[in-house]
Amino acid sequence: MGFELFGLPMIYYIAMIVKVLVVFVFVLLTVAYATYAERKIIGHMQVRLGPMRTGWHGLLQPIADGIKLFFKEEIVPSQSDKFAFLLAPIIALIPAFIGFAVIPFGDTIEVMGYKIPLQIAAFYDTAAGKVVDLNVGVLYILALASVGVYGIVLAGWASNSKYSLLGGLRSSAQMISYELAAGLAIISVFMMSESLSLQKIVADQAGFGWYAFKQPLAFILFFICSIAEINRTPFDLPEAETELVSGFCTEYSSMKYAMFFMAEYANMVTVCAVTTTLFLGGWHGPGFLPGWVWFIAKVYFLIFVCMWIRATYPRYRYDQLMRLGWKVFLPLTLLNIVVTGLIAR
Amino acid sequence: METIFFTIVAAVTVLSGIMVVTCRNPINSALSLILTFFCIATLYVTLDAPFMAAVQVLVYAGAIMVLIVFVIMLLNIRSEVGRRYTHAGIIGTVVGFLMLVLTFNFLNNSSLTGAKGLITTDVINKIGHTELIARSMFTDFLLPFEITSILLLVAIIGAVILSKKKI
Amino acid sequence: MLSLHSYLILSAILFSIGAIGVLIRRNAIVIFMCVELMLNSVNLTFIAFSKYLGNMDGQIFVFFVMTVAAAEAAVGLALMIAFYKNRESIDVEDLNLMKW
Repeated sequence: MGFELFGLPMIYYIAMIVKVLVVFVFVLLTVAYATYAERKIIGHMQVRLGPMRTGWHGLLQPIADGIKLFFKEEIVPSQSDKFAFLLAPIIALIPAFIGFAVIPFGDTIEVMGYKIPLQIAAFYDTAAGKVVDLNVGVLYILALASVGVYGIVLAGWASNSKYSLLGGLRSSAQMISYELAAGLAIISVFMMSESLSLQKIVADQAGFGWYAFKQPLAFILFFICSIAEINRTPFDLPEAETELVSGFCTEYSSMKYAMFFMAEYANMVTVCAVTTTLFLGGWHGPGFLPGWVWFIAKVYFLIFVCMWIRATYPRYRYDQLMRLGWKVFLPLTLLNIVVTGLIAR
Repeated sequence: METIFFTIVAAVTVLSGIMVVTCRNPINSALSLILTFFCIATLYVTLDAPFMAAVQVLVYAGAIMVLIVFVIMLLNIRSEVGRRYTHAGIIGTVVGFLMLVLTFNFLNNSSLTGAKGLITTDVINKIGHTELIARSMFTDFLLPFEITSILLLVAIIGAVILSKKKI
Repeated sequence: MLSLHSYLILSAILFSIGAIGVLIRRNAIVIFMCVELMLNSVNLTFIAFSKYLGNMDGQIFVFFVMTVAAAEAAVGLALMIAFYKNRESIDVEDLNLMKW
């Protein structure tokens, strides 16, 4: 492996590609089975069985759903803006996946004498003897979250239907409001760790010094605001089947609808991974299991909490949602920042 | 390598910039502008300013453009069927091109004369871009920073008053 | 290594496109977007200079430009909504109440 490209050893590029493939496939599988898990969990919470027919206890259900959606007829409304209509699902899907580029999901491993950090956008600097990752990792994630809005807004606008437009308008207002509160909630984490690099934030939480314990208010606020930002129940007003038919994706069918569906679940996985990294100690855990197992376990637990919330709470009314965001969460996050500034250090 | 990358990004930037001006549909203009902002953010990364790149996407693409798209949707402005250019169209274009020619002329006869500072790529990689920005913002530029916060407050009040039912 | 000139030329082209857009378009929102484009080209110049002069001040200025742009977006869009409520159009050629 003495071959070099642009001043870096070949193994660096190979490791990068392998990491990307593994993470991508893993997230895709998680997304597919999150839909199954959601139906099963909510089913059991409501004393039903959930899907049972396809495979053992319905285990093949996501594949059956995928095939069904794939073979549905592709419908593009005649009065729609064709370009924006096709672009919207893509814009919704991509930010949900590329957020994983900066999330550290395990400790540094050693392959053939080279140290490889388990984080896609990072490499081991042998001269400095530490892992170098994106200096502004958290801002990158926030930026992606803010770009994800366009998918829904464009879908609502391009469909040229009243329900879609209302869903799109609602979602843009909701996402702007809650993005603000979510961004402010994690400022207290930056203040404690004095860094925007996720590697450093995770390193600071070694040995159960989790920010969820040091910043409980910020943790709860960030998680709720994130759920609101990705339009999960009880904040799923943009879709709201009972009043808006299906909101922004009313006019979508076939694979384009499936892409919105995948984007929603991928967003959920991303948000849970970010929450784990920022507040639940990332891949740190008791030493008898490798780091990535702890990371996956924590992410899956948070996904379960999301589904639990969905099974428990009814949907908010739109004015309640806005009032909650602007009059409760925003002042609380600001208060949290002030208190952190006064107490910590 | 770097030159090829720059050329591609610059070409996309200019093309999408032209799209902003020529598109008939305001939403398409807005989308092209978002693309321009992303290209400029990648250029910031090549200029060793990752923090500014993230803020560029966060503020411009994520906040300002969402507001603009939101307003376009709220007012439900569709494609302009009538004229999209003012009667000053030709004169405006000519003046714009004249400005460009003048700038090129100015750039051709110029070179960088200012004193070189201490911040090099190595320093940025060692200390971190965020820390460097924070250091100069909260020491040398503290007063302007506070003034911008007042500016934002004024803007919030202005926006609230303007969007009341009756002015 | 790219020279400073390539960045300056790119931002000059972008600035001119933005200026032309402001001069020739009739839709107020498009004019507004062209102003944002001009501001961005200036930001690019600032950061390019900051890199080639080895000085952080240019990037702080970009920060302030962004703040001003955000304030401008809030007030400008509120103005447009108010104008649309009165005239049911956002064409700048309908902004003629002060004309005589």
